[in-house]
Amino acid sequence: MSTAVTGANPIQRARRARFLEAWPLLTLVALAWIALMLVIAIGADWLAPYHFSALDLRARLLPPVGFGGTWRHALGTDELGRDVLSRLIVSIRLSLLIAFFGTLIAATLGTAMGFVAAHFRGKTEWLILMMIDFQASVPFLIVALAVLAFFGNSLVLFVVLMGLNSWERYARIARGLTISANEQGYASAIRQLGASSLRVYGIHVLPNIASTLIVSMTITFPETILLESGLSFLGLGVQPPLSSLGNMVGYGREYLTRASWILLFPSAVIILTTLSISIIGDWLRDRLDPTLR
Amino acid sequence: MMRYLAGRLLRALLTIFLVVTFAFFVLRLSGDPALLIMSVDAPPESVEAFRISWGLDRPVWVQYLRYIVHALTGDLGNSMRDGRPALQLVLERVPATLAITIPAFLLKIAIGVPAGIYAALHRNSLADRMTMLFSVAGFTMPSFVLALLLVLVFSVQLGWLPSSGSEGMANAILPIVTLGAAGAAILARFTRSAMLEVLGQPYIRAASAKGLTWRRVVTEHALPNAAIPTTTIIGFMVGTLIAGAVVVESVFAWPGIGRLLVISVANRDLAVVQTILLFVAATMVTANIIVDLVYGWIDPRMRTSPR
Amino acid sequence: MTALLEAEGLARHYQVRKGSRLFSRPATLRAVDGVSFTLQPGRTLGLVGESGCGKTTTAKLVLGLLPLSAGEIRLQGETLPKAGSTRWRELRRTMQMVYQDPLAALDRRIAVGRQVMEPLAIHTIGTPAERRDKALAILESVGLQAHHFARYPHELSGGQRQRIVLARALILSPRLLVCDEPISALDVSIQAQVVNLLLALQAKMGLAYLFISHDLRMVRQVSHEVAVMYLGRIVEQGDPDRLFAAPAHPYTRALVSAIPVATRKGRQRLILKGDPPNPIDVPSGCAFHERCPIAVARCRAETPLLRPMADGRHVACHLAA
Repeated sequence: MSTAVTGANPIQRARRARFLEAWPLLTLVALAWIALMLVIAIGADWLAPYHFSALDLRARLLPPVGFGGTWRHALGTDELGRDVLSRLIVSIRLSLLIAFFGTLIAATLGTAMGFVAAHFRGKTEWLILMMIDFQASVPFLIVALAVLAFFGNSLVLFVVLMGLNSWERYARIARGLTISANEQGYASAIRQLGASSLRVYGIHVLPNIASTLIVSMTITFPETILLESGLSFLGLGVQPPLSSLGNMVGYGREYLTRASWILLFPSAVIILTTLSISIIGDWLRDRLDPTLR
Repeated sequence: MMRYLAGRLLRALLTIFLVVTFAFFVLRLSGDPALLIMSVDAPPESVEAFRISWGLDRPVWVQYLRYIVHALTGDLGNSMRDGRPALQLVLERVPATLAITIPAFLLKIAIGVPAGIYAALHRNSLADRMTMLFSVAGFTMPSFVLALLLVLVFSVQLGWLPSSGSEGMANAILPIVTLGAAGAAILARFTRSAMLEVLGQPYIRAASAKGLTWRRVVTEHALPNAAIPTTTIIGFMVGTLIAGAVVVESVFAWPGIGRLLVISVANRDLAVVQTILLFVAATMVTANIIVDLVYGWIDPRMRTSPR
Repeated sequence: MTALLEAEGLARHYQVRKGSRLFSRPATLRAVDGVSFTLQPGRTLGLVGESGCGKTTTAKLVLGLLPLSAGEIRLQGETLPKAGSTRWRELRRTMQMVYQDPLAALDRRIAVGRQVMEPLAIHTIGTPAERRDKALAILESVGLQAHHFARYPHELSGGQRQRIVLARALILSPRLLVCDEPISALDVSIQAQVVNLLLALQAKMGLAYLFISHDLRMVRQVSHEVAVMYLGRIVEQGDPDRLFAAPAHPYTRALVSAIPVATRKGRQRLILKGDPPNPIDVPSGCAFHERCPIAVARCRAETPLLRPMADGRHVACHLAA
């Protein structure tokens, strides 16, 4: 009776159960959210209903739909009458771009350093280990603040700085795994066949440690988003007229009592995005690299 | 042990020295502080006078040596903004920072550790899941968002607590809660996994198999062993207290070191930023040494074979 | 006819620190100390000894994977160049290695067929299609089928994996194969199969083997000549049948007596006292004298050299005749 109502026979149900086991519901939601963020980031120019800095002084501090606002400005407007939805879309794009390139720089630089340390050993390795220790001895937020203050702020410098945040995580992973591969495993066997270092590291070692590195990226990416938004919130990160999620929250802080929507929407996007990537990261780790647990 | 301690101290001093050197050169390489500080239309002769009075006309390595020698005598330079000694400016802010970070630190431990232990002992229960949910939220939520949400609820909506300032005890509550909540979440998650790891060990099964009550197994075997990794993360938290306070002090206009740092960075006040950097590095390094010592105390393996 | 492989006075020393950390003084660990042998094409030299006696180090020295502290290695008359150099890479086509643990020696993310073809890609031999044909042919000659080509290492059995490692080494048509404990990680039932395969390949392709093992019976079965190592030196070397039937060195005697046999009658097991000494603290004189049941005063003072016996084998013992 009940099967007739739900329209599912036992085989279909079993198939669904198996599917949900491999793809937990929470992970699917997280993936969907990240997909949405990517679509927004890529299509920002077409999706934003207004230019992100277009002023509309007749429509200042309009509330969002459902709180007395209209569909003309679905998420309301700010003090200068700028459309919050449009600013949010553009900010998502910039924040994701910074976090993406920051993570990419950290992973590339760190992995390369790890390979170099494992390949040359000796003094080179000691130097790199020393740099890793140094990085761990001072909180990066403080270093970033100091560097930004005195080098001034350009988007390129800022992205590079985000990349320097967590290179040492990759360096440690790549070094450890490469040393063990070099000492007893497949890497020394391939080298013995006459392969160049490029081949050993590029074709064999890198794919073998890639899953661990990818899982690490799911930790670095949200960290970078949080660092970027924190610095931008303090007014020391992304500079106007550009806008990132942290900037929006920092700006919205002034209107906390009168127009809390200005900061609530970007805050929600930050939390949901970092949360989604963490969930995806846990799921990936379980699937790709059970040893990391 | 003394030998080990001496080596540890030497390494700590080396780290601090490196941080000072790094800070000095990065900051000097970044440009001429005279041009950064003076307004763009300042006459060249007053820029030159500024340079001479701050010693900026000498070669960089002379400036560096002078800085190191002065630093050793406790003189970390003067603020380029108001001319007062940087060290004094920083030390003035220490009590305010401690006033929120120490209660927040205690809050983290008081909530995080018991929550983590409870969650581990009742694995997969509702309480466990709630703890994990809370803890994931704790480190995916930026502290400034949490701070502003607390302000929105307790200051704006309910009107119970002031949203910023430093007039009295009431002002400290929201900063403490903000700092404490995120740390407690991380600590709970960490304690839970340390506990689960220990509970899966053969000696725990052996202890319960020989007839000890579960309570004694937990208190005498599981907790001491889970304490070892947990101490590391707590020590790490001590080291990052100031860094964590940067954002929160700024949100609540709390006059601590973190806020001073943000203001000094915005003002490009070299000496003060350097001093704070030194201060933070010293805190981290000291915290690490204390963790190592505590290690030796709680982990018998460390007593016989120092690393 | 020039020998395929000539090793002359091979030595590998490590500088180590001994004693407590405060009063450590540098010491020399002699992992391999003055090992010489020659190997003719198509022949097998068996290298036996306890673990830690320097067998594997000798193998790595022969392949040029470790730098020599002293001595010389000549391959077909040519001195072995520095590891990693272009000429060294080219010489990989002449000499190859088979490993103890085939699973560790294979990249577990790549299908085994591609790994068998990889040496051809490294040395840029042939077109992709030709490489594939050659790999399939080699797979067949090591007793595997075409359908194994697309498998991954973890999907194969231990014996099959060792065949893959063998195929990867053989695809370059080497003349020398260094086999470092090639069967000790395999099930006993598989060991004989792999040994038989090695023998068949030798007959077919004219391969020479440097066969390293602690399994004396296997060594006896495959070798044309056997060298027994103790603490980095060869103590006895010669024809396997004669050497195993009447060991001349007391250490060889102890090893041979430890071979399990079906009948115990009239046979005494010689049990050695203690462990092999620490290679940093090699005793003066004969390295074996502390454990030797027949040692005399001379053994403590004078290091015995490898000298020829009447039946053609070589022994490093003052008391052997």
